Amino acid sequence: MGVEICVEGLTKSFGHQVIWQDVSLTLPAGEVSVLLGPSGTGKSVFLKTLVGLLKPERGSITIQGRDLTGLREHELYEVRKLFGVLFQDGALFGSMNLYDNIAFPLREHTRKPESEIRRIVLEKMDMVGLIGAEEKLPGEISGGMRKRAGLARALVLDPEIILFDEPDSGLDPVRVAYLNQLIVDLNAQIDATFLIVTHDIASARQVPDNIGLLFRRELVMFGPRERLLASDEPVVRQFLNGRMQGPIGMAEEKDAAQVEQELAQLTEAPVVREPTPRLLPGPGITRPPRWEAIARREAELRRREAADA
Amino acid sequence: MSLSPTGALRQSGNLFAMALDVVRTMPRRPFQVREFIQQAWFIASVTILPTALVSIPFGAVIALQIGSLTRQLGAQSFAGAASVLAVLREASPIVTALLIAGAGGTAICADLGARKIRDEIDAMQVLGIDPIHRLVVPRVLASMLVAVLLNGLVSVVGVAGGYFFNVVLQNGTPGAYLASFTTLAQLSDLWAAEIKALVFGAIAAIVASYKGLTAKGGPKGVGDAVNQSVVITFMLLFVTNFVMTAVYFQVVPQRG
Repeated sequence: MGVEICVEGLTKSFGHQVIWQDVSLTLPAGEVSVLLGPSGTGKSVFLKTLVGLLKPERGSITIQGRDLTGLREHELYEVRKLFGVLFQDGALFGSMNLYDNIAFPLREHTRKPESEIRRIVLEKMDMVGLIGAEEKLPGEISGGMRKRAGLARALVLDPEIILFDEPDSGLDPVRVAYLNQLIVDLNAQIDATFLIVTHDIASARQVPDNIGLLFRRELVMFGPRERLLASDEPVVRQFLNGRMQGPIGMAEEKDAAQVEQELAQLTEAPVVREPTPRLLPGPGITRPPRWEAIARREAELRRREAADA
Repeated sequence: MSLSPTGALRQSGNLFAMALDVVRTMPRRPFQVREFIQQAWFIASVTILPTALVSIPFGAVIALQIGSLTRQLGAQSFAGAASVLAVLREASPIVTALLIAGAGGTAICADLGARKIRDEIDAMQVLGIDPIHRLVVPRVLASMLVAVLLNGLVSVVGVAGGYFFNVVLQNGTPGAYLASFTTLAQLSDLWAAEIKALVFGAIAAIVASYKGLTAKGGPKGVGDAVNQSVVITFMLLFVTNFVMTAVYFQVVPQRG
């Protein structure tokens, strides 16, 4: 079972530049959450702060009753064993082949015999569909494979929390769809708490239980997927619809008058408000009770839609 | 890198903090034997040949200078003694310092810097592995070991080069050259030089690792880090060399 992460009043700045301030949210145990935001709003910084790679100026991050921001270095290394992190480019060790990369955490942290390590590594490589690429070096494979290998390495210590830093950046739509399916399948299989940082709206609509939106140095909104998808908040609507009219500008934010003018001119096309169908674990994956309930709710929704039409 | 005085202080503070971390982490088990051997082999392979090639002309220059000087003074019998003294005491630690910083340090800094900007170091920390323990400590120890061995190599090659130039090219007497070997130099000179080399190796590796692990801003950042690491190491090594030499003369009684 995953663990809950409770973030309260978190503020991070580099020098005088505030990245975001007063961010409070709770990532519920075992659920999938997505953190959205325009480029350059410090989403990756948020991930790095969550694992203690960066120290926030204020606020707390509570995991299993411990505040991460106040821990000493060696305690932090202990807590980090709860985490698996998928970095943007996989962050594989360039000098090792995929097999050694994925076996690395096991060899460092456990005294398992090599046969046991081999079994675990091959199991995880099978999960992410990389069987047969054990001997490849990270430089010889595509970006999508590097991400999947990075994911396999993050999974190898059976983490309670998995953080994804833009799993869909630099991938084609088909691979993104496969990766999203993989994320949902994984959540059903290992029951960990997931946080995905992205700006891909399609993934955000299909995958998570909860969505948050970072904009203008703060967390605009964080809540269940349905609530955010149906929200009337201008920033949320602009972002989810990927349009130019709204508070988000090319470089930074726009001034209020311009935003109002743009929004007034916007001939509101009939907005599709019913939530996109949710991605469910694939066939052959045993669904835990939580996913059973989600599947039932989805089926109910589809039935009602069909009745309305 | 900012030019403000606080910026410079912070940099040196961080460097010392990391040096302390390295010392504190050194006894932690399990010791990374594989990494240590690989690094020692690697540093040795990039430094041995240039070191040998640099120390031959270095020994030759000293021999030429001393050869003509001793002839003018009519003290040819001291040519061997003086050139051994110069090679052993000063030339070999300096050549070792230049090569360890220039060839070994840059390689360490570039390697760690490239890993840093590819997020590999962050990934390692997230996997619960301390990069100081896993990467820096083996490199520092390897660099120290190789520096000590290089110092021995420089001494031998330098003295041999001096002999060749003095005896063969300047028509010195082999017997006089060899017989005067120990009139000025003593065994403690060799020990002092080896201790210097040990310290130089540690400084070069710590500065290189620090600069590598704090590289940022893409490939250009790694280039800048390597550049700064060489400059900082050279400055530190020459100051350290001066201080250690001064202390040595105070502590060890001299001959002659």
